[in-house]
Parts: sequence; structure tokens; C-alpha cells
Amino acid sequence: MTQTAVAPPAKSDKPPKSASPLARLRDPSWYQRYGVYVAVAVVLLFNALFTDHFMTADNFRTQLVQVAPIVIVALGMALVIGTEGVDLSVGSTMALAAAFLPLYLGYGLVPALVVSLLAGAVVGAVNGALVSLVGLQPIVATLALFVGGRGLALVMADGQLKQIVNPDLLSLGTGSFLGVPLVVWIAGVLAVAVAFLVQRTTFGRQVVAVGGNRSAAALAGLPVKRVLIGVYVICGVLAALAGILATARLTASDPSSLGTLMELSAITAVVVGGTPLNGGSVRVLGTVAGALLMQLLRATLVKHDLPDSTAQIAQAAIIIAAVYVARERRSR
Amino acid sequence: MNETKPVTAAPAPVPTKTPAVRPAGPERTGRARVAELLQRQGVLAVLLTVVIAASFIYPTFASLDNARGVTIQASFLAVVALGMTMVIITGGIDLSVGSVFALGGVIAAWASQYGFLAALLLPLVVCGGIGLLNGLLIARGNMAPFIVTLATLLGARGLLLALTDEGATTYLVPKDSAFGELGQGSVWGFGYPILIALVLFGAGGLVLQRTSFGQTLFAVGGSSDAATLMGLPVARTKILVYTLSGLLAGLAGALNAARLSSGVTIVGVGMELDAISAVVIGGTLLVGGAGSISGTLWGVLLLAVIQNLINQIGSLNSSYQSVVSGGFLIVVVVAQRYLARSRRST
Repeated sequence: MTQTAVAPPAKSDKPPKSASPLARLRDPSWYQRYGVYVAVAVVLLFNALFTDHFMTADNFRTQLVQVAPIVIVALGMALVIGTEGVDLSVGSTMALAAAFLPLYLGYGLVPALVVSLLAGAVVGAVNGALVSLVGLQPIVATLALFVGGRGLALVMADGQLKQIVNPDLLSLGTGSFLGVPLVVWIAGVLAVAVAFLVQRTTFGRQVVAVGGNRSAAALAGLPVKRVLIGVYVICGVLAALAGILATARLTASDPSSLGTLMELSAITAVVVGGTPLNGGSVRVLGTVAGALLMQLLRATLVKHDLPDSTAQIAQAAIIIAAVYVARERRSR
Repeated sequence: MNETKPVTAAPAPVPTKTPAVRPAGPERTGRARVAELLQRQGVLAVLLTVVIAASFIYPTFASLDNARGVTIQASFLAVVALGMTMVIITGGIDLSVGSVFALGGVIAAWASQYGFLAALLLPLVVCGGIGLLNGLLIARGNMAPFIVTLATLLGARGLLLALTDEGATTYLVPKDSAFGELGQGSVWGFGYPILIALVLFGAGGLVLQRTSFGQTLFAVGGSSDAATLMGLPVARTKILVYTLSGLLAGLAGALNAARLSSGVTIVGVGMELDAISAVVIGGTLLVGGAGSISGTLWGVLLLAVIQNLINQIGSLNSSYQSVVSGGFLIVVVVAQRYLARSRRST
């Protein structure tokens, strides 16, 4: 195969500049891009008007702490989805990372953290290798570790929940800095780092190019396989970190239930945030807003004494609405 | 029974993504033929090997009682996986089946106080309705199956929670009712759910192989665009398979409720992934266009046998079950990938 320098066709990231704001409102891609921010604003406005004790620092601190692990996992998921992939194994990876913690805490905090994160990296590398080297579909490749990963976590932990007593690790979950909980700081810093990665680095450009058109990216000489393995490794490490932080907050390592349904929350955050499922674009800020929207919505319904079931049905409706806005147009 | 039989016999030749049309006799090399055979019958071979080996090592495994236990456990997943196979052959996926399974069970248990028919029909109506909604959004709304059915996964579980006072209420099937008999009764010790699953698989195989609807499934999965150009009813076909998938998941849930005598709210979590695993292990390609109902049956049985064996090996923690299943999935799909390649390279 001769190498020809074909530039990967850049999928237009921004909606075309319309003449008037009114015309822009009729443009569906405007909603795909900004809809999630509007929705967050609407939910906040609703709460400011109708919910007691919602717009308080305490409440926001609670909401942010709860959403932080989802944001961390969703950041990795956004990169994977940007390459037209998906990672179903993130919840199991969280459990696996948590299972490693109590085993190595005897050697000190840092070795335990390193081993846990390494476990996430290995899971990611296996996923990435299956997707890029073997050529499996991402759903199948990551399904295997979704099934096997949690089993492995349970085997490592003898199927048991283990209390964490290491004060340094616990302070990761409960500590705060300048009045903001540490987990929120970590999620925020990571969001900025991933945004920088996507927009300012070669790797980020390659992720978008590979997701936009893989064969064109390969023809253009991009290291497609390395990029694919890279995103799955990043996703695995971020999931492991989320697992560590969740464990620190729960003060126990619980491999049987930690991270269940996390893959769904993360995918939801990414998709509601405007990243298309068929790759070629990564919306980092949108992903954060997507996770926040789901969390705030749930909190709002709960504060108005609506049960959890209603919250789930509302979430389902929002996902459908978000994807309906972002769906592929038939007319070319 | 029925193999990865593509559309060579259809009136109009239909392009598929897989090397569907067999090359003429002399051009097929021995290696390609072996690869093809392995891809088609590999799971059955593995299943038989595992069963025979296990019978020699564990005398308790080979007993009729154990066979009854394994097959009844497998029958519920089998019914769900049957619908999943059809969805996957059209190139789609249905993540909502686990929630729909649980919802079907709860509705059936609640309705069983109004008699046999209500207990059977109400879950079918509701679950079929959810399947229909999936199909409409996917086929008419042109939305990705993955995300639509993800949303209905959440929605169906929400509905289930709403019906059971947030999971606090468990509906019981009245004792000695005809509906309970459907789940607990048996012929020669083999429970009705097993027989129902077998009948459904037979019917599914016939539909897939002998009807134009079945051929359309393969055509839609092979290339949706080509099928549209040939005037096949693509949207209607898709709507129908998702409705079928919802119906079958609801039926399986109802049978499960009849067997357990109650609508348990926590069942079905992760079932969609078990069903997908069984379908994939059974040789159906996730990209669509090729697959077989019988393969899915072997896939379901293989997963059930693995689970049973791990229970037989008393020293092994039950956590190993998912490790082995996951490992198996990797081995099978990687093997399939290479077999497909060596078939094509001839």
C-alpha cells in the first residue's frame, strides 16, 4: 500500500455562522452543541425559584462530590467515544482498582495507588489491543473485561468488602482544600487536562482524526493503533482513579457493587454533552455539563419528593431527547 | 439445524458484509473449508468437549438431575438471547432486555391474581410496547440502537421501581395457580420453560431460514442501504425485531416469575450482556448480516455449563465464573476474527 498524504477530512466542529440569532436557533447542531448548557441553566433557574435550600454552598458541595467520580470516568469515555469506540468495562475497572488497594496498603499509600492505577492501565491496554491489533468491535472487546473484570476483582478480594483504615487514603475522599472537597479539585483539574489534551496536543488531534475517518487517518500516516491503545489506557487509568476515590469516600473497598452501571452513567454524560457516538469530535466541557445535568436533575426530583423511579424515567427521556437532536440526518 | 446461512437462496442476490456467497467448489481450499466449519460448528464442538470431559471428571455432572438444573437455568437466558440474536443479525443491539425481563416478571406476578391469561398477556403487551418504542425510535427516528436501548434500560427499570413502591413491594404468584404451574410444572422432569425455549428456538430457526422475513433480516444486517435500494421494508423489519426482542424478554421474565412464584425486582441486571455474550460466542457477528439461532442456543448452554462446573468444583470461588466467562468470550471472538480472515484470504 503506498502511503499517500491524505489529510483526514476534518468534521466541522462548529455550526456554520448563521446570519441572525433567530436562524441559529432553528439550526439543530446549535442544540447539539449548546443544549446541555441551556438545560443546566434551566434546571438551576427552576431550583432557584421553586426549591428551598437548593442554591446553597452546602448543597452544591454535596452534588459536586457525588458527580466527581462520574466526571472522571466520563472524561476517559469521551476520548474513547471520540475514536468511535465505547468502553463498557469502566465499572469493573473501578472495582478491580478498589480490590487492589487493601492488598497493597501494607506497603504504604503510594505503592497501593500505583498498583491500583496500573491495574486500570493494564485493563485499558488489553481493551486497546483487542480493538486495534485484533480488530474487534469496541463493544465486544470491552464486554469481555466487563464480565471478567468484576469477577477478577471479587477473586482478588475473596469476595469480601474490606474496611479501609489508612488515614492518608481516607483523606483523599473526605478532605477539602479552600472549602472545596479534594475529589472535586481532582475532577476539575483532570477536566482541564483532558480539554488541553484534546485541543492543544498532537495526540488530541490524532484522536479526533482517527474517530472522524480511520482509514483516511491511516493513509495520512497517523499512528492509528497507538492512538487507539492510548485512549483505552487513559480511560482505564481514569476509571481506576475514580474507583480509588470512591473507595476512599466509602471508607471501604467493595468489589461486588462499586461502579455498577457506571458505564451507562459515563456514556450518558458524554452523549448528553454533545459528543457524537460515531466519533470525530470530543466535547470535554459538554461532558462535564452532561454529568452535572443528570446529577442536578436527580437531586431536583428527589428534593421535590419524587421517587428515584421518576428520576430514572426522566433521565431516559433526556437521553432520547439529546440523541434525537444529535441524530444523523438522512439528507446528505 | 440452521447455520450461518446467508441469502444465496433468496430470489434476489443480496450483498452481505461477510463472505456470504461461497466460492465455487474447486477454488475453495482445504484450509478455508476447515476455517468455515470451525466458525460454524466450533461452539458446538467446544460444548460437547466440555460436557464429555466434565462427565468423566465429575460424576455428579453427568446426572439427569444436574442436566435438568442446568437447562432450566439456561432457558430464561435462552429466550432473551433468541430475540437478541435477531436484533444483532440486523446490525443492531438491544441493551434494554435485562430491565424488560425484570419488568415483565413484576407485571406478570402482579397480574397473576387476575388469572392465567392476564399474567401472561399483560407483560407481553407492556414489554412488546417497550420493544416497539425502541424499534420506532431506531428505525423512524434514525437514532443509534445502542443509546436508544440504553435509555429504555433506565426507563424500564424506573417503571419497575414505580410499580413496586421503589422496590419495597414484592408481588406473589398465588399458590397452585395455572400460571405458577407454567413455571414449575414439568414433563419427565424437564420444566415447561425448557420446552417453551426449545419450541421458540425451533420456530425462530424456521423463520430465519425459511421465510422472506428471515432473509430480510440478513439483508438489512448485511447492508441497510442496499436493502433499501432493493425495496425491502427496512424500517418495518427493524421495528419488528425490536418488538420481538421486547416480547421475548417480557415472556422470559414472566416465566421466571412463575418459576420463582414472585416478581423479584433485582433480577436481570447485566442480563443484556450475558445475552450478547451468548450470541457472540454462538458465532453471530455483531456487525450484522450473519448468524445463527442454533449457535446462540449452544452459546447459552456453554455459559450455563461453565457456571455449573464452577459450582461443581467446590474449591473454586463462584467469583471465578465471570472470570472464566469473560476469558472465554475473548478467546472465542479472537478465534472468530482469525477464522473469518483465513476464509477471506483464499
